[in-house]
Amino acid sequence: MDLTLKIWRQKGPEDKGGMVTYPISNISGHMSFLEMIDVLNEELINKGDEPVAFDHDCREGICGMCSMYINGEAHGPDRGVTTCQLHMRMFKDGDTIHIEPFRSDSFPVIKDLVVDRSSFERIQQAGGFISVNTSGNTQDANSIPIGKEDADNAMDAATCIGCGACVATCKNSSAMLFVGAKVAQYSLLPQGQVEAKDRVLNMVKQMDLEGFGNCTNTGACEVECPKGISLKNIAIMNTEYLKASI
Amino acid sequence: MSKLDSKVPKGPLADKWTNHKNNIDLVNPANKRNIDIIVVGTGLAGGSAAASLAELGYNVKAFAYQDSPRRAHSIAAQGGINAAKNYQGDGDSNFRLFYDTIKGGDYRSREANVHRLAEVSGNIIDQCVAQGVPFARDYGGLLDNRSFGGVLVSRTFYAKGQTGQQLLLGAYSAMNRQIARGKIAMYNRHEMLDVVKIDGKARGIIARNLETGEIEKHSAHAVVIATGGYGNVYFLSTNAMGSNATAAWKIHKKGAYFANPCYTQIHPTCIPRSGDYQSKLTLMSESLRNDGRIWVPKKMDDVMAIREGKLKPTEIVEEDRDYYLERRYPAFGNLVPRDVASRAAKERCDAGYGVNETGEAVYLDFKSAIDRYGREQALITKGDKNPSDKLILELGEALIKAKYGNLFQMYEKIVDQDPYKTPMMIYPATHYTMGGVWVDYNLQTTVEGLYCIGEANFSDHGANRLGASALMQGLADGYFVLPYTIGNYLAKEIRTGEIPTDGPEFLQAEKEVKEKIDFFIGNKGTRSVDYFHKKLGKIMWEKVGMARNTKGLEEAIAEIKAVREDFWKNVKVPGTKDEFNQELEKAGRVADFLELGELFAKDALLRNESCGGHFREEHITDDGEAKREDKDYAYVAAWEYKGEPSEAILHKEELEFNDVELKTRSYK
Repeated sequence: MDLTLKIWRQKGPEDKGGMVTYPISNISGHMSFLEMIDVLNEELINKGDEPVAFDHDCREGICGMCSMYINGEAHGPDRGVTTCQLHMRMFKDGDTIHIEPFRSDSFPVIKDLVVDRSSFERIQQAGGFISVNTSGNTQDANSIPIGKEDADNAMDAATCIGCGACVATCKNSSAMLFVGAKVAQYSLLPQGQVEAKDRVLNMVKQMDLEGFGNCTNTGACEVECPKGISLKNIAIMNTEYLKASI
Repeated sequence: MSKLDSKVPKGPLADKWTNHKNNIDLVNPANKRNIDIIVVGTGLAGGSAAASLAELGYNVKAFAYQDSPRRAHSIAAQGGINAAKNYQGDGDSNFRLFYDTIKGGDYRSREANVHRLAEVSGNIIDQCVAQGVPFARDYGGLLDNRSFGGVLVSRTFYAKGQTGQQLLLGAYSAMNRQIARGKIAMYNRHEMLDVVKIDGKARGIIARNLETGEIEKHSAHAVVIATGGYGNVYFLSTNAMGSNATAAWKIHKKGAYFANPCYTQIHPTCIPRSGDYQSKLTLMSESLRNDGRIWVPKKMDDVMAIREGKLKPTEIVEEDRDYYLERRYPAFGNLVPRDVASRAAKERCDAGYGVNETGEAVYLDFKSAIDRYGREQALITKGDKNPSDKLILELGEALIKAKYGNLFQMYEKIVDQDPYKTPMMIYPATHYTMGGVWVDYNLQTTVEGLYCIGEANFSDHGANRLGASALMQGLADGYFVLPYTIGNYLAKEIRTGEIPTDGPEFLQAEKEVKEKIDFFIGNKGTRSVDYFHKKLGKIMWEKVGMARNTKGLEEAIAEIKAVREDFWKNVKVPGTKDEFNQELEKAGRVADFLELGELFAKDALLRNESCGGHFREEHITDDGEAKREDKDYAYVAAWEYKGEPSEAILHKEELEFNDVELKTRSYK
């Protein structure tokens, strides 16, 4: 198929940036979206132009590196996928596709479609851990039985890949799905109870410091989340936060 | 040829590690505060090492090329992690895990290292649970296990199909705690471009800040390389796009021997290539072989009709299907180890029976399993002994969905076919590299103060790795081995003091790195980096892939050299050096692959035997199976860099087997 791409180009953090149009032809429906960008970049390099910078790594939907905003949706039109898992068969011959970086004041653009998500790192460093040393002297793994349902729910929360689609999607640039997923994972496990109060208070404090907005229950984040992280995790975080604040 | 000293401790196998730990020099806490350690790579091995070393009190500087340690490719491991916990009471033990690993590795790994790996395996699970890793549990709240290829017990712990992700996030959380305490300085979006040696010891690295292009000098008392394997030498692999061998290769060029590069694992169940634009291959978990049956058509007419779209696989009757694994290996059938399954698929496709347009695909069919489960479920849930076809299908599909739903969905998204209705197409792909930087029992390379852990080293998997053992080794090295063994070296460093980065060695290394970058930017050639990478990958796959022979390997050596020379003349890198420049990053990595690839082929040529993932067509038994030559090749081939790969010098570490008997692997 033949397509028209409108891609955000921005030389660096200080550059203003803007949309640039590129026609592209002979795209197979079996290509992934990123392979289509590979083809474009090869053409650009051969023409002597600069290729489009974009983050990507595992290309199987788990590393959370890829971060494109395609036709107004984080990771594009398909559901339950990252950009690297989006296939060109989702588009039609003659389509115009708009490609932008994940946008948020807390995710400044580094170049083209590459953004700086170090704000997520700082939130995790504020409390996204259990304070146990790797000494090899921990108790036997089976000495802490955990109900299957709790373990499964903790696992569902823990599958967050930290891509930032929730933030890019949210009209408030809220990171509460991301933070809620980590808080909920630990709150469902006995190991997480000891530091539960400090964890939620510290992580939320850092989230606010980074400039992320609040949740107004639109639920767009859950829809766009490639891993289907449930909005319920935000409710769990709010409960934990209230309990810790009283 | 020099004799490599593996520094394996004396004494009975089961006591070596305990005795060794008791005799390691300790560094007192006040001194640890004055010692810096650089850890390059923050996957399971590097992340766990960085966290543990920081907990001990050392100052750690950790480097990752991604924007967060959480994105290292360990995250993509699906199936699970082995540990000899014997929670299932099925007779597992440290010795059995040790034995299975040695046997699975086709008797080409070091006994003492593998036994230590088995000894610490149980502790890994304890540690991960304490960190809040949500492993799968049964209804009693205890940990669940599954079984994996090539073994007879259930010792694999798992977290759905995302075990690697959960273990990595565990190590990442331990790192975050230390970053918050200031004990780890984390350098994201940084790539190590050289190691700096002073008086023969590793004293630091030169790194490029990938965001700004700035070249930085970092010093430390010891350097740990944990940068994974070199599977991307094939261009197409299941590795991440950025996975590279640059750190490992740079230290090789500075004196670290590189061991057994020809030992590569080709995983049998990956989604086949669909066209020349393909950028990477996707693995489908080995667990699918528990229920899927692998076949190709018996008749060439059917193959042709399928390729032309005139026939569907479901229309081929049972008698006209060749379930070649069940035919060749009746005892293990579809559950033979990875190397055996991969070669059998290649054999059928080479004979012309491949079922897609490229001729490189076989079927993985769940029809029998759906039927069997459907009947079972009808009896269990409905008491129906003569269920209708419709009910069988409905119940059978539901059960398969519960077991493999996420994998089936992944397949459908990529291939656009429904694997419940029509068989999956699969083909082998490069997945893991058993070879790597040579290390002694302490995980130290042949350079003092320079350590190598995880997939980047060569030590534990011999010529073939068993499923669910990569995660185990990465975490064992990082959490429980290196933090002890590095003490012997650092205990001698307490008087060294801070190491300045303005000495001649640092300046020289920095100059060389900058010159190479200037070359790339200034070359203004005619071909993109990917053009050369794809050329290299094609040579590697065709001539140094699943089956190798003298003629092909000799050709590969000459061809890789030619591509390398072409690369240095004609490579084109757009943009500038002082900015985020992904083509520049790739250029440096491909330059190293172009050297590594040649050494790889040379190593494969020299190893005149078939063992594990290394299959030489000249060395087969009468019925076409791999034939080891233990008398001549029970050694580790460790290569010393001397300039061109053709000039590399071989050093042999003879492998001694005192606790297991060398046998021929048979899965018939």
